[in-house]
Amino acid sequence: MAKTVAQEFKKGLWDEIPPFRLVLGLCPVLAVTTTAENGLGMGLATTFVLVCSNMLVSLLRNNIPSRIRVPCFIIIIATFVILVELLMQAFAYGLFLELGIFIPLIVVNCLVLGRSEAFASKNKFVPSLADGLGMGIGFTLSLGVLGAVRESLGTGMISGVKVFGPSFEPFEFMVQAPGAFVALGLLLCVMNIIGKK
Amino acid sequence: MGDLTVLIISSIFINNIILAQYLGACPFVGTSKKMETAIGMAGAVVFVLTLAGTITWVINTYFLVALEIEFLRTIAFIMIIASLVQFVEMFLKKSIPALYAGLGIFLPLITTNCAVMGVALLNVQDELTFLTAIIRSVAFAIGFGLALILFAGVRERVNLGRTPGPLKDTSIGLVTAGMLAMAFIGFQGMV
Repeated sequence: MAKTVAQEFKKGLWDEIPPFRLVLGLCPVLAVTTTAENGLGMGLATTFVLVCSNMLVSLLRNNIPSRIRVPCFIIIIATFVILVELLMQAFAYGLFLELGIFIPLIVVNCLVLGRSEAFASKNKFVPSLADGLGMGIGFTLSLGVLGAVRESLGTGMISGVKVFGPSFEPFEFMVQAPGAFVALGLLLCVMNIIGKK
Repeated sequence: MGDLTVLIISSIFINNIILAQYLGACPFVGTSKKMETAIGMAGAVVFVLTLAGTITWVINTYFLVALEIEFLRTIAFIMIIASLVQFVEMFLKKSIPALYAGLGIFLPLITTNCAVMGVALLNVQDELTFLTAIIRSVAFAIGFGLALILFAGVRERVNLGRTPGPLKDTSIGLVTAGMLAMAFIGFQGMV
């Protein structure tokens, strides 16, 4: 292993930041980012599943026969998704209702399965943990930023605080479906410009 | 009959699964670079989504709800979909090789297509009857295929033009998808 643990952690934050660099796990990115708060909540739930499943897959990697590895990964992931679903129902009921079917849908988020397959099944416990944490935080940040952009332009405020002057006319297009695609595309473009320098 | 027509039209156009409900966005972006792959994916999704919508409804009603183990729904549904995809793959390979060759690599990819899982969950959430659940699954699948093929057509044209550097590929693709979604909002006045 040439890469250190710190490098594995850092790559998820910029070089391979999930929804932008690796175009994976788009559905929740588009659907729940109508507000910054929802985006962050979804990001944290996904991070939890990602870190736990990465750890377990990496611990069991020598015991899972490679021919049936994908079903095994899916069962591991589904277990943690149910866990997160029940936890949110108990402690964050408002957010649970807000996110709706997108919580059980974490199970089919290609990002989670992709990291199990591409990283955790081939690496030791600590790097896998760092990878999951880095990717998760990168994912959460992207969702938060996208949510903040859409919420501030679409409603003129972020969690109830007005961010623009009184003459600002909310640009409702941004909180509807087309706005999600356009905002993500333009953010990707901005990242490409910054990345080139 | 009238209700069913409304259900079909609204599921295909107004609540289009990708452009209004945001489900299945990964294959939408991933397989739309070429018309051929888009058609293959659309065919595979119509096939699997119809079957999955039907089977998950039966399992949910007569097994999960009857035994009061609804908290296992996520794990049960994903296992059903995964094994269904595997089964369909083996069945097609043996009995309809031509279709199998056509769908090719898109079949296994469907397991992690959130459209399939999403429709199964939506059917449960909205407490549909058996018939409406099947019809809505088919209509959603057709909507998926329609949006994917339309998008692939537009994207092929976009790639012929000169796009500014940073906007290339996925970026301009997403903006294009946004325009398409805007066009689909126009259908809202239909019903």
